[in-house]
Amino acid sequence: MSRIPLEKKVLSENDRIAGELRARFQNHEVLCLNLVSSPGAGKTTLLERTLDGFASGERVAVLTGDVQTDNDARRLARFGFAVKQITTGGACHLDARMVERALVDWRLEDLDLLLIENVGNLVCPAGYDLGEAAKIVVLSVTEGDDKPLKYPAIFFRADLLVLSKTDLLPYVPFDLATAKENALRIHPGIEIIEVCSMVQSGLESWRRWLDERRRTARGAPAAPVGRGRAGDR
Amino acid sequence: MHELSIANSILDTVRAEAARRPGARLTKVGLRVGELAGVDPDSLDFCFNVLVTGTEFAPLALEIETRPRRQRCPRCDRTFRVVEFDISCPDCGYLETRCIGGDELEVVYLELEEP
Repeated sequence: MSRIPLEKKVLSENDRIAGELRARFQNHEVLCLNLVSSPGAGKTTLLERTLDGFASGERVAVLTGDVQTDNDARRLARFGFAVKQITTGGACHLDARMVERALVDWRLEDLDLLLIENVGNLVCPAGYDLGEAAKIVVLSVTEGDDKPLKYPAIFFRADLLVLSKTDLLPYVPFDLATAKENALRIHPGIEIIEVCSMVQSGLESWRRWLDERRRTARGAPAAPVGRGRAGDR
Repeated sequence: MHELSIANSILDTVRAEAARRPGARLTKVGLRVGELAGVDPDSLDFCFNVLVTGTEFAPLALEIETRPRRQRCPRCDRTFRVVEFDISCPDCGYLETRCIGGDELEVVYLELEEP
């Protein structure tokens, strides 16, 4: 009986495809962002406000994932930018293969920004790299300020926390300071902004964050700040 | 989360090594899985067995070594094990410590019997 040392990294098929997507996005200087949240936290509404704020020539496209329906794609298509629905049929998260397939008839050279709206789920999307430059986690004030502690993986891996529906703060027990403390405990470097998409407050901070990231994506070597696997990127 | 896909990748590695050693009988695969890898060892073992059953490799044992999350503090150079997601330095309290272990997912060794 002999033992052969190997010390070989194991990549799931998803990681392999995500790595290829990441390289393609970097080569074409496309900033790809992966928005994750529980169902109903406000991802689609935030994207609506975002697209509404872009000039018509903006080179942006959106992929939106849901288990069923193309409701979100219909909502987002109203702003005149390329939008595609990924219907998983059952999977509770998007994976790299779904994104790869969805991009087949789009030309990355025509894009600066690719926004991916993940399936509503705070658990599984944390484990599926889509090749994005950063994950953004949206947490609404109706969900509980201890959610970062309950769902550490996604808060750990996200670069940005968007606290949404802040207009409802007077009506819910959610404590902003506690939520921020909890998020920073799980991920000390996480950036945090507060928005209310319905009344359009906080959107300037969001747009500034986006602009800054887009500047970095143009011409800067790829080094996403998010917490993927060490040595992965 | 995606243990089946990972088990498949492990089996691909096994196949490649087996092809280099015709006639050898593979008996065990040694794996290193860090806490942060997001892999459930029991689930991985189950999926691996599902994939191996009925192939020329069965039976093939999977031995999994788990590794805890470890961080290093860039301020005072202390290394420590992470308990309950608290990555602050236990000595100086610095928050932005660096991961130095716990995210491994590697095939460490293969055990085999030569013909």
